[in-house]
Amino acid sequence: MIEQGVQASTEQGILELFSSHAFLRGLSEQHRLMLASTARHFQAVPGEHLLREGDEARSFYLIQTGRAAIQIHRPGLGTVRLQTIGPGEIIGWSWIVPPYRWQFDAVAVTTVTGLALDAASLREKCTQDHELGYQLLKELLTVVSGRLSATRLQVLDLYK
Amino acid sequence: MNCCFSVGHEFIVPVGILARRYRAARTKVMTQALTTPELSQADVQPLLTPAFVRVREFVRETHDIFTLKIEPPKVNGKPFLIRPGQFNMLYLFGIGEVPISLSGDAEDPSVIVHTVRAVGSVTNALSRLQPGDMIGLRGPFGSNWPLAEARGHDVVLVSGGIGLMPLRPVVYHLLKHRKDFGRIVLLQGVRTPRDLLYPLEMEAWSHEPDVQVLVTVDAADATWTGRVGVVTTLFKDAVFAPARTMGMMCGPEVMMRFAQREFEKRGVPEDQLYVSLERNMQCAIGMCGHCQFGPSFVCLDGPVFRFDRIRRFWEVREA
Repeated sequence: MIEQGVQASTEQGILELFSSHAFLRGLSEQHRLMLASTARHFQAVPGEHLLREGDEARSFYLIQTGRAAIQIHRPGLGTVRLQTIGPGEIIGWSWIVPPYRWQFDAVAVTTVTGLALDAASLREKCTQDHELGYQLLKELLTVVSGRLSATRLQVLDLYK
Repeated sequence: MNCCFSVGHEFIVPVGILARRYRAARTKVMTQALTTPELSQADVQPLLTPAFVRVREFVRETHDIFTLKIEPPKVNGKPFLIRPGQFNMLYLFGIGEVPISLSGDAEDPSVIVHTVRAVGSVTNALSRLQPGDMIGLRGPFGSNWPLAEARGHDVVLVSGGIGLMPLRPVVYHLLKHRKDFGRIVLLQGVRTPRDLLYPLEMEAWSHEPDVQVLVTVDAADATWTGRVGVVTTLFKDAVFAPARTMGMMCGPEVMMRFAQREFEKRGVPEDQLYVSLERNMQCAIGMCGHCQFGPSFVCLDGPVFRFDRIRRFWEVREA
């Protein structure tokens, strides 16, 4: 996976992406600026892992383009795709939940681009600025709630 | 003692009113299509007893879904007319009868198309039909999708599993009368990739101007490169103007409840939402009571209902 550090010339681009990304729309400009300092551009090609189950959760991904799949491997049964994630969505919240290890795999289905935020810096900033932490968790909870609701519907196996 | 029988578990109907109900129901069945001004009463009289019709073609769609193309019967020497959303009762003599929605082009009077999922004894028997076989057909019955009311609107169709079947005639109509409608959005959810219905047609529709077709599956393996997730997750990518959108939903009721909430979040008014309900329909003329839904009978007053008119019964639980 290609990751690029934030260059001065791209900071404006990152801020623009920050203000247009659905996940961060509810955050103040000041908080976006704080988060931008932890961000790096990334690109993953089809089949490439963004995260692997059991690995340390070092990044928080904001998807700009492309589609990635959350999946899990079942020994002897193969890989099951549980959900796909697209533009404007996020991947990963294990970075804020101890022990900070990924619970599932995430793989690029098509070429995926976006921003990867450094997890350790994020946690530190949230500890230092509780307002940022609250706003971030509120946005994160909205996503988690939506995905839990969708998962519950999946469990019902409605079309059987 | 007042003799009653229980229908739909929630409501009790005195037998004494059945005669009145029968007369009213029959009148309603016979005149239902008069709400569509283009059709006269003589044009739309349903067949109340089974007509013998021939299976012209059998198409295997998926592992458990198939399509029957049937030669239409004549009704008093006139073409058999059926509207999107309505259903026929298909009768296999000696086995039973099932209600099946129209899934073909309602404007093509040369053939009646029904897509069926083999789940019970009658539908499994239907799945063994061959071209040339004869079956019984009564109909058409029930209410239809609000195509006249949808003119000038964006139309968002949400279907889950075999819920696409009754909505396919809507897509045909919208595409045939393209200039009368705004954007067309089709959100389709199925269980697995092998359950996808009409994939070639869906692909073709997605290339039409101002048509958005989004498909997702509930579960897949790593060979599937499409979307995975429930159908409601597609709303975030659906492009439509809520205030002038007509939403039509068909699928499991739990799915439709969640889809309705997505419409609500986007600001689509309740009186612009329609659902097609499924109940145990047996007589198709509102007499037997098996399909009672609140004060309505799904076979007679439905299966297509405007959402705001049934909202108060929407979350009533069956006993």
